[in-house]
Parts: sequence; C-alpha cells; structure tokens
Amino acid sequence: MRISARFKVFLIFVSTLIASYIALPKNFNFLNLGYLNNLELKLGLDLAGGAHLVFEADTSSVSPEDKKEALESAKDIISSRVNLFGVSEPNVQTSSFEGKDRIIVELPGVNNTKDAVEIIGKTAKLEFRQFNNIADASVGATMENTKPTGLTGADFAKAQAAFDQQTGNPVISFTIKKGESAKKFSEVTGALIGDPLAIFVDEVAISWPVVSATISDSGIISGNFSIEGARSFAKILNAGALPIDLKLIEERTVGASLGADSIKKSIYAGIIGLFMVVIFMILSYRGPGFIAVFALFVFATFSLALYKLIPIVLTLPGVAGFLLSVGMAVDANILIFERLKEERNRRHIKDALELSFGKAWDAIRDANMATLLTAAILANPLDFSFLHTSGPVRGFAVTLSLGIVVSMFTGIVVSRNLLRVFVREGRRA
Amino acid sequence: MRVEELKYRFSRFFTLLHFYSFTLIIMDFLKYTKLYFLISGVLALISFWSLISNGLKLGVDFTGGGVFEYKLSEEVDGEFISEKLESRGINVSGVQKIGENYLIKTPPLTEGEKAGVEEVLTSLSQDPVKIRVETVGPSVGPELTKKTMHAATLAAVGILFFIAIQFKSLKFGSAAIVAMLHDTFLLVGAFSLLGVFFDAEVDFLFVTAVLTTLSFSVHDTIVVFDRIRELVKKTGKGAVSVANQAISETMVRSLNNSFTIIFMLFALILLGGESIKWFAVALFVGVVLGTYSSPFIAVPTLVLLIKSKTKQ
Repeated sequence: MRISARFKVFLIFVSTLIASYIALPKNFNFLNLGYLNNLELKLGLDLAGGAHLVFEADTSSVSPEDKKEALESAKDIISSRVNLFGVSEPNVQTSSFEGKDRIIVELPGVNNTKDAVEIIGKTAKLEFRQFNNIADASVGATMENTKPTGLTGADFAKAQAAFDQQTGNPVISFTIKKGESAKKFSEVTGALIGDPLAIFVDEVAISWPVVSATISDSGIISGNFSIEGARSFAKILNAGALPIDLKLIEERTVGASLGADSIKKSIYAGIIGLFMVVIFMILSYRGPGFIAVFALFVFATFSLALYKLIPIVLTLPGVAGFLLSVGMAVDANILIFERLKEERNRRHIKDALELSFGKAWDAIRDANMATLLTAAILANPLDFSFLHTSGPVRGFAVTLSLGIVVSMFTGIVVSRNLLRVFVREGRRA
Repeated sequence: MRVEELKYRFSRFFTLLHFYSFTLIIMDFLKYTKLYFLISGVLALISFWSLISNGLKLGVDFTGGGVFEYKLSEEVDGEFISEKLESRGINVSGVQKIGENYLIKTPPLTEGEKAGVEEVLTSLSQDPVKIRVETVGPSVGPELTKKTMHAATLAAVGILFFIAIQFKSLKFGSAAIVAMLHDTFLLVGAFSLLGVFFDAEVDFLFVTAVLTTLSFSVHDTIVVFDRIRELVKKTGKGAVSVANQAISETMVRSLNNSFTIIFMLFALILLGGESIKWFAVALFVGVVLGTYSSPFIAVPTLVLLIKSKTKQ
C-alpha cells in the first residue's frame, strides 16, 4: 500500500507533537504520560556545576598482567568511596594512553574538591586492636581504650561480602595471606580466644566480635552491615591491599553559578540565532521558507526529545554542536529549494519537485557522510585510546553527530512531504 | 472576498512566486584562479610568519597550570593577591579582574600549593564564591596535541578515501584535502594573530573547532563537486569545462547556508558568554574559510590537477 504524502504529513505532525511534549521542561507537563513525564535533560558538569578530576595511577609496583585488574578494582573502590561521600550519579572511568593509566572521576554538584580528593586518594586503613581492659567491651571500642595487635588490612589476601551461616546477616568474609600474616593472625587470635577483638577502619570502630577460635586462614567480620554496606566495605578492605598510588593531574571545577549563567546565555544565543535564521529563510524563500522553518522546528524538538530519551549528557560544547547542526539542518532545505528554482523554469512544478529531491539528496548524503565521519572520529564511540577519550571534544561531537542524523531525516522526510502537500502550480498573473 | 479567491491567494503564496524571475548567469570564476591563489598565498604567508614569530597563545590545557576564578564581595587589589600568594612560595603568572570576579593564573602546582591558593582566595573576603577552578598537570598538553594529530590525520585520510570512492577519482579527494588543509592552516594562523591582539587562547575547545572546520570545509566542497559530477554525467563534457557552471549554480546555496550558520555563531559570540566566545569565533572563521575555499581553492585545484594530467 502506498502511503499518501498527506498521511505522512499527518504522521509528521503527530510525532512532532509527541516530541515537543517530551522536549518541554518537566513542570510544563500538563498530561500524564507516565514515563515520558519524568525525563529530564542530563546536564554536564560545565552546565550543572561540579568537579572533573583526573588521576594518574602509578602502576609500577603491579605486574603488567595484574595492571588491568588493579585499575578496574581501583575504579570500583573509588566509585564506592564517592558514593559514601554522598555524591549523586558520580561517574568514574579509566583510560590509558601510551602506557599511562588514568582514572577520571566526575562529581556533579561537588564544589569542595579538597575533601573529595582526600577521600578518593586515601587508602582505607584496616586495623585489629585489642581492649586495654576487657570490661570496656560493654561500652564499645575507641582508639583510646584499645591497643594495636599488629594485625592490619595488609595481612588480608582478599575480602568479600557474604552472609552469616547462622544469622543470615551480611558479613565480610576474608582470607589471610599465607606465611608471615597467617602466623601473626593465629598467634593473636589464639591468645584472645573468648575475648573481643576490635576492628577499626580509618580509626573508626566497625565491630568488636568475640574471637571464637584461632584464625589462620580465613574468617568473617560481622557488624551491623547492610548488603550494600558489606559490599563497599569489602571493596575498601581490598583497596587497603591494593598497591596503587593515585596522583591528581587535572582538575576542572565549575561552580553552580557559572553553570547556570552558561545555560541562560546559551539559551539566549540559541533563540536569537534561530530567530535570525527564521527571518532569513522566510525572506529568501517566502512560502517554502515557512516549510523550512517548520522543518527546523521539527529538528529542534526531535533533537531535544532524543537527548532526553537516549539520554545524552549535554555540555556547553554540546550546545554549540547542536547550534551548528541547526545550520546543517537548514542546508538540506536550501539545497532542495535552490534546485527547485532551477528545475522550476524547465518543467511542471510537481515534476520539478521530485527531481529536486532526487538531485539534492546526492549532495546532502555525501556532504553529511563526510561530516559524520569526522564527528565519529571526535566522538570516539569505541574508546580508542589514541583518540580523545573524554572532555569537551566528545560532548561536541555527540550532539553534532546526532544533529546530522536528525537533520537528514527532517531535510528529506519532513521537508519533502510538506512540499509535496503544500506546493501547487500557481496561475501565472 | 470569496472562498475561491482566498484559495487562489493561498496557493499563489506557496507557488514559489519568488522563483519566477530566476535565470542563472554562468560566470567565469576560473578566469581569476591566479588571484585566488595569490590571496590565499598571502594569507598563508601572514599565518606562517605569525606562527613563527608569535606562535600560539597556549592555554592551561596545553601548558599545564592553574586557573582560579572566584567572586569576592569586597574590592581587592590584584597586587595584594599576588604578594600574598608569593609569600607562601606560590608563583603567580597573572591576576585579572573581570567584573566582580578575580582570575588568578599560575604555573603547574603541587596539591599543597593548590590548597594554598584556595585558602588565600577564600580568606580575602566574606562569602567568596568559587566560580571555576582548573588545574592541569604538565603531562596533559602533549597528550592532547598527540591525540589531536591522530584525529586530524585519521579524518583527513578517511575523507580523502570517502571522496575518492564517491567521485571515483583520487583527484577530487586530493583537491578537497588541499582546500581542507588551507582552511585549517589559515584558522590556526588567524588565532596566532588573535592571540597577539585580543589575547585569544588556544585550548581544548579550539582543537574541537579546528577539527570541525575540517569537516565543514569538506561538507561545502562536496556540494560543489557533486554538481560537477552531475553536470559531467548530463552533458558528457569534462569536469574542467563544467566547473564554472557548477560554481555558479551552487554559489547561492553556499552563501545562504553559510549565512544561516554564521547567524547562529554570531549569536553565540555576542551572547554565549566568555567561556565559549573564542570557540564560537574559531568556528566562525572556519565557516567563512570553508565557504571561500570550496569554489575558489578546491575547484581550481581540481581543474589544475586534471589539466596537468592531460598535458603529460
């Protein structure tokens, strides 16, 4: 069945309505469309405010085979520490370039980078201490009423979250390194059977369980853990054993006020720029100019809706990429209209129209493919380490690529069908 | 007014009325090939000279170092800030006041020094507001340069082959690449001059702008080449003899398209704020160059390439 141009135009209108509804800010939502209501534009650190930290990892003390694993677990540990710090939606990723390993940490809304860097960079110190006076066990363990036993996190081979066999509560099970550590552990625990052994992390007492047997290979730490708590605790314990040093090599912090200012300014710039384009198109092309303007509106709503649906993190360079792709979107229309001007002189308007689409398409396709190629290299979707892996370059390239794809759709599908329906042979005066 | 008449008026409005008086004038653009090359040659020489003698004003992204921007509620003397920082052994390369904001630039800092700068700045007035802080280690710049080189090379080679395949001729690809290198080089040269006269710094975003210029330049060139390809197919003549017609036919489109992009960028330059201003300027220069180079560099180069081959 052939779908008529009129019906396609109808479909375009309906989908544009839906897209503009998604694109509207949350508090404008007057209909209840469930899922679609709660979509929000994800803003990058330069617009929302926050800290972008890049650490260089010193992996010289790790054997090359273990390097990747060490980095990955360092990444996990940082994530859980940042979570403990109370940051919403932190982003931690690793990257490497010419043998240098990096850990990139993005903390939305964080302004005080000094504390954040400290929390990320520190190695959690696990310590087992014994009470100076057993009677204190009833009040709880503190640094003052306990003394070191010589056992630390460095004696652990591995820690992981588990469940207590009897109570079913989350616990941390650990295995002890063989040799010296095992010997130390069995000596200390052997002497303390029946007495409590206090466990401290970063000088804070976690629990002080009673030692029930001599421990020389593995054991469990029980405490008042949630399952997530036990997991992140286990990660922190593993970190204590992780010989990886982090050095901050790059920091970019944007205060919330600058971010808000940038948003306001780019919206102004966008509106004024679009307005000038609209005036220009209508003055240059009259009737068809309106069609181009409508196609541009479809382009803008579709793009915004896609940013929310995918979702795409919008950065300041990303906004510039979007505005630049507006130019590309208009270009498709200009190419068609200029063709139409030529063909119009030679044949009937309807034939001229179809011919123009066909001819303009070659140019639109090839030109956009070349731009898409460059944008893809910049966006580096496959994470090649020899290309840009983070930062503003990617933000720009992603919105530009999406803009090119959407503009090809609006330039061809939307403009074409609107022109088919609205352009008629006029009577010459 | 009757319905019939309304209908008639409406249809007339959408009838491409504007297009009636259209006749194409084919101009002999290629006659002035030497002039175009002369203009570009002079611009390239100026760029080259400026790059040699002034270089580029590199931002922290390349040099490494710190930029601290704070909003202070009290008026503070810039000298006073540098003295205070230097008394702590922190080198300062510049203190700048922008409205209520104070911008402090430093060479690469240790973590302790960085904390020191923030301590000094927050002690200067009540309720200081952190606007932005950027500290970049010295290893980042060389990496950025390398990655940019990789990206540019990959894009250039990719485009060369893409065009060569689409147009079934390596000459088209080479001519497009010549125009692309022309635009990129002049853009970099322009920023060398802008750095001297307007303190424009070259940063991460400039790199993005250069790579975008690269793609825009090709985008525009392909539209003209596409017309040559089509005219060759239609008339059976060689690319050289249809080149003028192709330029003439695509000129309006090329200008109109650039205008729309220029409008958007112009708005960004004027209203987009300080953090994106030079990025928009770079894109602006790139678009102007890209528009110029398609008919006046890419096509003449293509014609020369084809001619030189036939002579041999």
